[in-house]
Amino acid sequence: MLKYAQALLASLTFCFWTGSAMAVDVRAAVLRVDYPTLLPVSRHDLRAEDIGFAGAALADEDNGTTGSFMGHTYETVTRAVPPEGADAALEDLLGDGIRLIVVQAEAEDLLRLSDRAAEEGALVLNAAAPDTGLRDDQCRANLLHIAPSDQMMADAVAQFAVWKKWGDWLLIEGSNPADVALGAAFRRAAAKYGAEIVEERTFEDTGGSRRTDSGHVLVQRQLPTFMQGAEDHDVVITADATDYFANYLPYHLWTPRPVMGSGGLKPVTMHGAHEAWGATQFQTRFEELTRRTVTSEDYNVWLALRVVGEAVTRTSSAEPEAIRDYALSDAFELAAFKGQKVTFRQWNGQMRQPILLYDGRITVSVSPQEGFLHQRSPLDTMGLDQPESQCTAFN
Amino acid sequence: MKTLLLSTALVALSLSPALAGKAFISNERGNTITVVDTDTWEVLTEFDGGNRPRGIIVSPDGKKLYVCASDDNLVRVFDTETYEELPSLPSGPDPELFTIEESGTRLYIANEDDNLVTVTNTDTREVLAEVPVGVEPEGMGISPDGKFVVNTSETTNMAHFISTEDYKIKYNVLVDQRPRYAQYTADGTRLYVSSEIGGTVTVMDIAEDGAPTVVGKLTFEVPNVQPEWLQPVGVKVTEDGSRVFVALGPANRVAVVDGESLEVLDYILVGQRVWQLDFTPDQKYLVSTNGNSNDITVIDVAAEKAIRSVEVGQAPWGVAIID
Repeated sequence: MLKYAQALLASLTFCFWTGSAMAVDVRAAVLRVDYPTLLPVSRHDLRAEDIGFAGAALADEDNGTTGSFMGHTYETVTRAVPPEGADAALEDLLGDGIRLIVVQAEAEDLLRLSDRAAEEGALVLNAAAPDTGLRDDQCRANLLHIAPSDQMMADAVAQFAVWKKWGDWLLIEGSNPADVALGAAFRRAAAKYGAEIVEERTFEDTGGSRRTDSGHVLVQRQLPTFMQGAEDHDVVITADATDYFANYLPYHLWTPRPVMGSGGLKPVTMHGAHEAWGATQFQTRFEELTRRTVTSEDYNVWLALRVVGEAVTRTSSAEPEAIRDYALSDAFELAAFKGQKVTFRQWNGQMRQPILLYDGRITVSVSPQEGFLHQRSPLDTMGLDQPESQCTAFN
Repeated sequence: MKTLLLSTALVALSLSPALAGKAFISNERGNTITVVDTDTWEVLTEFDGGNRPRGIIVSPDGKKLYVCASDDNLVRVFDTETYEELPSLPSGPDPELFTIEESGTRLYIANEDDNLVTVTNTDTREVLAEVPVGVEPEGMGISPDGKFVVNTSETTNMAHFISTEDYKIKYNVLVDQRPRYAQYTADGTRLYVSSEIGGTVTVMDIAEDGAPTVVGKLTFEVPNVQPEWLQPVGVKVTEDGSRVFVALGPANRVAVVDGESLEVLDYILVGQRVWQLDFTPDQKYLVSTNGNSNDITVIDVAAEKAIRSVEVGQAPWGVAIID
């Protein structure tokens, strides 16, 4: 009640030139599905318990600060569930009247959840699933993609390789479906930018524990052997979406070459050392609030809720339809610490954004690279372009 | 005592007829201040400016140079004559841009990290007030009558009009993405707010009581330059309000805008990643800081042409010029 009174007071005190200054209470949710998984290769990649949710907390603060001048309030609830609990959790959220839902889940679950949400008129924002198909023939009208697709990530790496004139690639692909999908994205990227994959190898996932007392001894002996005898190449491109081998590859090759993709230089949406374009302020706000450094997934959730916040600020509506329409309109633009505005592809609901190339310490480069041109936006050189996408849900 | 000091200064001035104007340039990466003679456009000297010097202004009496040393979390103060460092001012964390009132007493500082505008008394070196504003406050402009300070918040995308009487926000105006700079005209009837990522400058008419009304928006278009790189940052307006100059960041150009029709008349090619601007006090010249080419460009205001560039320190950010 007090909050409401404050909002009302704010809207009476302040003048606006943005249409109505109606009090709007924005309720959103983050639904995260936690899959059983092996430990990551590096302890640095352990998933924090609040992964994604931390981004939501910061977004509520950022949106709330702006909202305090507008009479808008923001409250985001978070749910972490095992895969079998995902549907029930969604029902709960919908039952609570929430119609703006950020989802961190794999493609199959995401699609099922989105379709159920659509029946209730809810908007879903994908903060995790990279499957290119979701932006292609499996797209959904109520599903916006904040997370970049495998193809955007592969294109970001490919552009850097081509800029460096590293045109001959040795592609090492994992054996899990997600690895194979990422490998396919790198193959398309090579064809798109005129790089040549001189040889491909599959690194079989034979399972097993990641934790052994002297694991590096075996790694040091086995990996060079696996890598020997390859065709001449400039760079090793790795497709390891399930994180079991690519992080071992730098320094354990047969021929000394840079490694990119899932190991070595990686494409990310954000990392804790990114400082350009005012990102330092984002980092310090995030760290003060959460007591840890940011990951791409936190940033994706933050960005999803900032899209909501920006749409609410400009339209004074928290209706999913109004937010979707505004996000997909020509008027939508959002600053996201990437040096240029982020916007949505109106043909498949994918957010276009620059991709950071990260070596584990610093931003090495940012794609799109100089010289890669597109009639609409250089950002559209990465990922499925309009003529390539089979998506019709947005027509 | 004050009178005595003043008269001493006057004597000093009258005894040195050859005193030339000076431009002070903050070099963000070099952690230095470059001093350039505005008659000869030669570099006079370069001195230590603290860590990550960005916003830079001179006190209205021309004697003190104030520099936002962002990574030191304070405002460094220098004597504009001797370049000697004077006691620093508290600024709040990560100060970036600031503005000062005509009397020289109150300094208004944007604290990017804390969603605050800090008001500091330059005589007592005390913080007078902290005003909560939007997320990532950046640009600071003061109305010529001193009644309002305008702060722009980069993530909230607003211009906040703060009364200098009670330090309360009286008006908020939504503008385009990542607003960077707020500049009143000399007569106080108009305000320009640049939006870096939005690529626009919002134009507001200011009523007598200080209330803003959005009356237009400047947009930019340069052949063969991607629209994404047209990122307005620094803005300066001629004394008569007839010309508005807008630094366009990575587009490496300064736009010349008709202050009446709000049409863009020309784009002046300058150095790389042009950031901030300042006039010489006679308004004959406009100086731009070019962060990626480590130089400044001198623009002849009447001719609307770039006449020369001067190499300064690493990553020049801001510029303040005195007689």
